[in-house]
Amino acid sequence: MTDPARIRNFSIVAHIDHGKSTLADRLIQLTGTVAERDMKEQMLDSMDIERERGITIKANTVRIEYPAKDGHTYTLNLIDTPGHVDFAYEVSRSMRAVEGSLLVVDASQGVEAQTLANVYQAIDAGHEIVPVLNKIDLPAAEPDRVKAQIEDVIGLDASDAIPISAKSGLGIPDVLEAIVTRLPAPKGDRTAPLTAMLVDSWYDAYLGVVVMIRVMDGVVRKGDRIRMMQTGAIYGIDRLAVLKPAMQDIGELGPGEIGVFTASIKQVRDTRVGDTITHEKGGTDTPLPGFKPSVPVVFCGLFPVDAAEFEDLRDAIEKLALNDASFTSEMETSAALGFGFRCGFLGLLHLEVVRERLEREFDIDLITTAPSVVYHIHMRDGTVRELHNPADMPDLTYVDHIEEPRIQATILVPDEYLGDVLKLCQDRRGIQEQLTYAGNRAMVVYDLPLNEVVFDFYDRLKSVTKGYASFDYHLTGYREDHLVKMQVLVNEEPVDALSMMVHRDRAESRGRVMCEKLKDLIPRHMFKIPIQAAIGGRVIARETISAMRKDVTAKCYGGDITRKKKLLEKQKAGKKKMRQFGKVEIPQEAFINALKMDS
Amino acid sequence: MPLPAPDDTATTEDWQAAGFGIYVHWPYCAAKCPYCDFNSHVAATIDHARWISSYLVEVERYFQETGPRLLRSVFFGGGTPSLMDPATVAEVIAAIRARWPVANDLEITLEANPGSVEAGRFRAFREAGVTRVSLGLQALNDPDLRRLGRIHSAAEGLAALEVARATFDRVSFDLIYARQDQTPDDWRAELRDALALQPDHLSLYQLTVEPGTAFADRLARGGLRGLPDEDRAADLWDMTQELTATAGLPPYETSNHARAGAESIHNRIYWQSGDWLGIGPGAHGRLTLQGTRLATAAFRAPAAWLDAVERRGTGESGRDALTEDERAEEFLMMGLRLTEGIDMARWTRLSGDRPLPLASLRDDGMMTLSDDRLRVTATGRPVLNAILRALLTPSR
Ligand SMILES: Nc1nc2c(ncn2[C@@H]2O[C@H](COP(=O)(O)OP(=O)(O)OP(=O)(O)O)[C@@H](O)[C@H]2O)c(=O)[nH]1
Ligand SMILES: C[S@@+](CC[C@H](N)C(=O)[O-])C[C@H]1O[C@@H](n2cnc3c(N)ncnc32)[C@H](O)[C@@H]1O
Ligand code: SF4
Ligand SMILES: [Mg+2]
Repeated sequence: MTDPARIRNFSIVAHIDHGKSTLADRLIQLTGTVAERDMKEQMLDSMDIERERGITIKANTVRIEYPAKDGHTYTLNLIDTPGHVDFAYEVSRSMRAVEGSLLVVDASQGVEAQTLANVYQAIDAGHEIVPVLNKIDLPAAEPDRVKAQIEDVIGLDASDAIPISAKSGLGIPDVLEAIVTRLPAPKGDRTAPLTAMLVDSWYDAYLGVVVMIRVMDGVVRKGDRIRMMQTGAIYGIDRLAVLKPAMQDIGELGPGEIGVFTASIKQVRDTRVGDTITHEKGGTDTPLPGFKPSVPVVFCGLFPVDAAEFEDLRDAIEKLALNDASFTSEMETSAALGFGFRCGFLGLLHLEVVRERLEREFDIDLITTAPSVVYHIHMRDGTVRELHNPADMPDLTYVDHIEEPRIQATILVPDEYLGDVLKLCQDRRGIQEQLTYAGNRAMVVYDLPLNEVVFDFYDRLKSVTKGYASFDYHLTGYREDHLVKMQVLVNEEPVDALSMMVHRDRAESRGRVMCEKLKDLIPRHMFKIPIQAAIGGRVIARETISAMRKDVTAKCYGGDITRKKKLLEKQKAGKKKMRQFGKVEIPQEAFINALKMDS
Repeated sequence: MPLPAPDDTATTEDWQAAGFGIYVHWPYCAAKCPYCDFNSHVAATIDHARWISSYLVEVERYFQETGPRLLRSVFFGGGTPSLMDPATVAEVIAAIRARWPVANDLEITLEANPGSVEAGRFRAFREAGVTRVSLGLQALNDPDLRRLGRIHSAAEGLAALEVARATFDRVSFDLIYARQDQTPDDWRAELRDALALQPDHLSLYQLTVEPGTAFADRLARGGLRGLPDEDRAADLWDMTQELTATAGLPPYETSNHARAGAESIHNRIYWQSGDWLGIGPGAHGRLTLQGTRLATAAFRAPAAWLDAVERRGTGESGRDALTEDERAEEFLMMGLRLTEGIDMARWTRLSGDRPLPLASLRDDGMMTLSDDRLRVTATGRPVLNAILRALLTPSR
């Protein structure tokens, strides 16, 4: 067992791409946790999607041993967290398991929107914060200016900020020393009843359900019978281990330690992130406060392309939810798409990631319907309904008014792009609340309708500011506005999965863009296909996909038959990724791509 | 009182509706064309004696399997069969004639490249028994021939055509259109010139960039500019249909045009799902034996094929029995290329009366069903792949 005085637990937090995962690499490397030959860049980003997109999606924990200058060896548990706003729940959850944070700031970029958001979260969690200025190897790095910025904008003392290059390894020893000297040791009573926090869990094809815990009080050992306090489930611990980052078996975990266990958990639902784990006998009666539940803001339907895969999808969603506490799901049926699930997400990137993980890790082809936020429908009879799916919009004669969710958005942007950002926010029905300057950067705060933001606001913001703006938001409440349901008709037939709620004033332009997009997304058919956007029977935009004119194999003799058959097979497989609406086949990706606006 | 009609469906096999032919593949060319994905190779030396003996081994091996059947056609394809030693052609034809009974109108076609034509060789091919030549002109102007990577000139092409016509009764030629930067006006003029030559058979192929060819490579690297998009390719197609029909050479297949009666017997065996032997490297065959339809394939590399024949007595790399579905789908896929369409009675027998989703295809004017024949209309012909997808993929 490890003396809590020799333990330091911390998360690495930062704005997206400021170098958290690279710093984690160096800490792992310098402490010899992983053999040199097994090192690779951003090694904690182990999912395919993370490696392809170069971003962290899941928080990752690793335990390292560090012989400090004071002659003692310390056990450090580091949690690398994601930077993108859609995965903020991962960050807040991780922070609850540790006592301190390394706040990484890219010295060439300075303080960005998620830097701010993360600092506030760390302060809320009662963390000790060590600021780290990264990427000082870059010619554009301005550590002094960024230090000043941290003090001005955040109000954090940056005089002891550590200048480093996570890429070259410069300054890493200082970071390790600071972790030991500046971050607090965990507290906890070894003799008290076991109180452990269920921090994370995931499904492993070989091991089954793996549960990650942080022990607060007491000691947990291999073979112990434990109880999950919220769900009441009881299990015997089969295997207890720490992550280095590969699993390494350990006999026990005491106060302040972080580790994982397996327990032949059959019911995936028994493990809930934030739950408290104690011993079956002689356990504690007081659970830990638990995590603040995440609030999904974007909803969409997920349907298996092949209706026969519905049960597989159910199973996959359950397993994935284990690893991602921030998405919700409930069964849904649709006339056109059959059985599926209506799922809630923290943002569009989150939606894309979940969909991609379901497709890849569980090998299920999915159709995603138009994403929607949650509207409050105030009925004439005084009741209020939550509308997650525009297809469920009640008859207007019973509706008194509709409210939509609003957010407060904070955007940091260099001066020269401010005009474009203001215009973008204005176009999206935003109301400016604040505009301040820190050096040559402006910070604007806007009140915006969420439905104008979820689809592609972030992409647009990046493109109008050439990537120099950063953005963070949180939900503030609901407000009434003039909202209408826009339907899309493909070949004269309404396609529910494409209908959406829009503001009356924006309906025409959205309808037009939607029709144009669909025109490109739906392949030509043998007949021409009218595409219309309509509000309550009135067509507000239309496009026509002209009929296919040429698709024939020029040469096909005796020797070509096999090849031609293969081609047909391939095309048939392609057709499987389409859904039939009347006579028209719509590719699965059309449902989500049709919603992205270019302006 | 009328006599009862003899019920011979039990004794007639399906392939007999189209008949029996033999394909012989010659895998060598003088140069490899950049658009070509045929099994063709350039070789420094060719041991003609080895080829003769190997072809003859294959002819005999297949005769042992088929026994006597009425032979309707032999086709020497390539590669460039006009580079074959006429003696090889003569020996192969003689060996075939010595085994199978042949139809009165037995067609023996040889593919020829303009570069390899001289009157003497052609006469020798005729004496060997060749009755029909298919000449690869590809284009009638030098700049386009160069861009297609052809080694002959337009003048050489026309001269070769003259020689061929003087030697053979039946001569067809091939053109490739929808080329880089080819305008509708360019093609109209060139096709008119071609029709003015009064051929009674013409193959007109839209240029296809086949995977694995030099053209595919160029395209992937941003080269090969000026290829027509779908709409322009469709305009060129429409014009082709019009001009050929006016000239009395309507399409009888997707890319083949002929005066009535001048259609190629051999190719119709493929499109009508007859039986044919595939002899030579990479050749494919379809052979019905005891009610089972076999798909045969041969080793592709010339050396590997020769080796297999010499050592193991067969050039075949494999043969698969086709399932009922595969037979039926091949029949549909190939048969609908023909303007005459398919015989629904055969479809019913082959597919076990599998229903076809015809309603909307007929409503949209893509297909017609009359006199128990299913045909693709003039509107449907340029989008045949889409029609086949609709017919063969059950919709959900
Ligand atoms: N020049 C330089 N580049 C760095 C340094 N540290 C990280 N990078 C680069 O910055 C990019 C982002 O690094 P990551 O470590 O993935 O950043 P992150 O903060 O983990 O990103 P998210 O997890 O997506 O929020 C990568 O291309 C790194 O190679 C550094 O010290 N110097
Ligand atoms: C078996 S091939 C080659 C015959 C002969 N070796 C020649 O090149 O003339 C028959 C015909 O297919 C056509 N062809 C070959 N490759 C093609 C392609 N990529 N696109 C369109 N037509 C093609 C040519 O017209 C060619 O004459
Ligand atoms: S001559 Fe014919 S077979 Fe030979 S490479 Fe050219 S197109 Fe191909
Ligand atoms: Mg990262």
